Amino acid sequence: MSTSAPTLSPSQLEAFGRELDAVRARVVADLGERDAAYINKVIRAQRGLEVAGRALLFVGFLPPAWIGGTAALSLSKILDNMEIGHNVMHGQYDWMKDPRLNGKTFEWDSACPGEQWRHSHNYMHHTHTNIVGKDRDIGYGILRMSEEEKWHPYYLGNPVYAALLAIFFQYGVALHDLETERIASGQTSLAEKRGMLGDIWRKVRRQTLKDYVLFPLLSGPSLPFVLAGNAAANLTRNLWAFTIIFCGHFPEGTHEFTEQETENETRGHWYYRQLLGSANLTGGKLFHVLAGNLSYQIEHHLFPDLPAHRYGEISIEVSEIRKRYGIPDNTGPLLKQFGSVVRKIVRLALPPLPGRGGSAAERDKPPAAQLKPAAAPLKPARARLKQPARAAATIGG
Amino acid sequence: MCALNQVGPGTLSAPPSPRSLGRRLLRSNLLEALAYPHGVDRYVELLRPLLVKRDVRAEVTAVRRQTPKSVTLTLCPNENWRGLHAGQFVGVSVDIDGVRETRPYSPAGSEHAAAGALELTVSTHPEGRVSRHLRDHARSGMIVGLSQADGDFVLGDPRPERVLLISGGSGITPAMAMLRTLCDEGFAGDIGFLNYARSAELALYAPELDQLSQRHDRLRVARGFTRGRAQALNGRFRREHLGAVMAEHSEAATFVCGPPALIDAVGTLWREDGLAEPKVETFTPTVLSFDTDGAEGLINFAASGREAANSGLPLLEQAEDAGLAPEYGCRMGICNTCSCRKTAGRVRNLTTGEVSSARDEQIRICVSVPLGDVALDL
Repeated sequence: MSTSAPTLSPSQLEAFGRELDAVRARVVADLGERDAAYINKVIRAQRGLEVAGRALLFVGFLPPAWIGGTAALSLSKILDNMEIGHNVMHGQYDWMKDPRLNGKTFEWDSACPGEQWRHSHNYMHHTHTNIVGKDRDIGYGILRMSEEEKWHPYYLGNPVYAALLAIFFQYGVALHDLETERIASGQTSLAEKRGMLGDIWRKVRRQTLKDYVLFPLLSGPSLPFVLAGNAAANLTRNLWAFTIIFCGHFPEGTHEFTEQETENETRGHWYYRQLLGSANLTGGKLFHVLAGNLSYQIEHHLFPDLPAHRYGEISIEVSEIRKRYGIPDNTGPLLKQFGSVVRKIVRLALPPLPGRGGSAAERDKPPAAQLKPAAAPLKPARARLKQPARAAATIGG
Repeated sequence: MCALNQVGPGTLSAPPSPRSLGRRLLRSNLLEALAYPHGVDRYVELLRPLLVKRDVRAEVTAVRRQTPKSVTLTLCPNENWRGLHAGQFVGVSVDIDGVRETRPYSPAGSEHAAAGALELTVSTHPEGRVSRHLRDHARSGMIVGLSQADGDFVLGDPRPERVLLISGGSGITPAMAMLRTLCDEGFAGDIGFLNYARSAELALYAPELDQLSQRHDRLRVARGFTRGRAQALNGRFRREHLGAVMAEHSEAATFVCGPPALIDAVGTLWREDGLAEPKVETFTPTVLSFDTDGAEGLINFAASGREAANSGLPLLEQAEDAGLAPEYGCRMGICNTCSCRKTAGRVRNLTTGEVSSARDEQIRICVSVPLGDVALDL
């Protein structure tokens, strides 16, 4: 499926940005009890599922208890990581001023330290969404997910690497901020990353101690069942998170950008890039909750710090605005979008076919000239966030 | 009374009950490792919000309304509460429309109150979100957040020989706490209690003050109503009013709590008489004065990687201007919610005037003005 984006003039982009700003302002003004009650309800459900799941696994030698326990624990970990962890760490509930839900201090049930996630995801990925060479979520430094990346025989393993990443997703995420590919290529040294490695090690150790040592040992004769149940729950969460996240940016029709195109971006232009670089999933209410509402990836990328349970209602307004500007939609059911992602992973494992007039991604991409607004003021707040600050934060944290 | 606070110094030697064993289990490292990364409290609080091991919380056990513009609550703090001295304040937190709001209140009860119960009398203000919320929604069983007690508006140990308590409006609460504490202790010296309210209808603790003054012959109570005719005193505080409660005010340890006008009036009179400044407490925001001209240097918000030129405003406002959203509560240097680690630089505290250049110290950024370059862990 090839979609082409319209050319928006600088003044159109500005008006487009203003309309989206207005959507955001309306939601911010309306935040209150409803949102607080929602996140507290989800937390209650997650904690309940976790306790129930672990309790059932203690009698995991009974097959129904093992299945029920593993399912409950899987759901708990999915809610914990997605609707709670990912969203709280975006600062979506900071306005509640509840220290338990503070985006800067929240920690999730995952191998990745929250502090590193806040950098690699909130800052690197959300600021540089789909900019090839800057957004390290494009392929996680392991996969070839863009035609813009030069092919190399290493990428013949693309589908295998993708499968391994999906299975061990929480560890992939944990190592993400280390930028291992830059260590491998000698651009940075392991010594520089010692502090981060220490944080990852401490987090992984405590997660492992809990899931693979303490709970199994405490269960006595149920040890193998608890061990297997916990591993299965972690695996389920890994596969689910991988699927949702990859469906958010990599189905055919999502656009990629170059660094040159995105220099001197305006607010409207930034919104435009977020919209073109993301894709939504259709589904029922429970599906969206389990996806952490990242099934509304477009709305999430437009407004990463608004409570995610609002994205559904926001999407109606966004869709109406999008249509007026003629910007194509990229929404589909999970199976269709995931199929598209899998095809892309396989296709990009192979070298580009000679003699074809440009790659699919290049055809999808709006010409650089169209994207470049005339006189765009640099957004100072974003431009200032550079690497040295990160070093300070790591030492401080 | 507070059934929650059965574990006190008196019960330490008793054999462990099943209840305290349960508590020990809840606080064990093993359980903490199992509850990682959220912690045991985040599970326990869903069933028993008071049983958490870190946060100070209290249950409202009684609600009464003395006047149309106030509500009086009895609070039972959980066992994380470390107690208070009469006159100190606590930060009280409630969730209003999803947002946690914290305000300082001075409990009015004696520091010897049974089982550590706290009495809060909250006067409502037309714009007071928390006070109106408590007036309209406080009920038995409600849970509120507390901070540990703070403040140096206290009687001191040993007690002074004579005590003069002057209060106005809602400022009566720390004065009541001191008076009740002294009465509980069988204080033998003179106590003068001078209180101002707008009208008799709005006067707090009137019946109890009458009773106390009948029971304690060294206690003299006088009340003034700033609007309308008074029994004893007319209009606002002036020198003649002192005679109604104490023969010689110069020798009394004096405590004043109330609106800034009352504090100023007492302070002026004390200065005229060449006396040392009385101890004062006010929760009406005093106008913090600072000079934004000539501000220089850079403010470095290290954790978020931002930097801004010093505008001379308090650091909280500068952080907000830089697009950050730090935690805050009272914005007047009381509640400590905005407390933040300063890693370098000199700041002036607007409430105390103190200048500090220590590295790595916690500062309240709502009342701290940078003097030159400052780095914050924010």
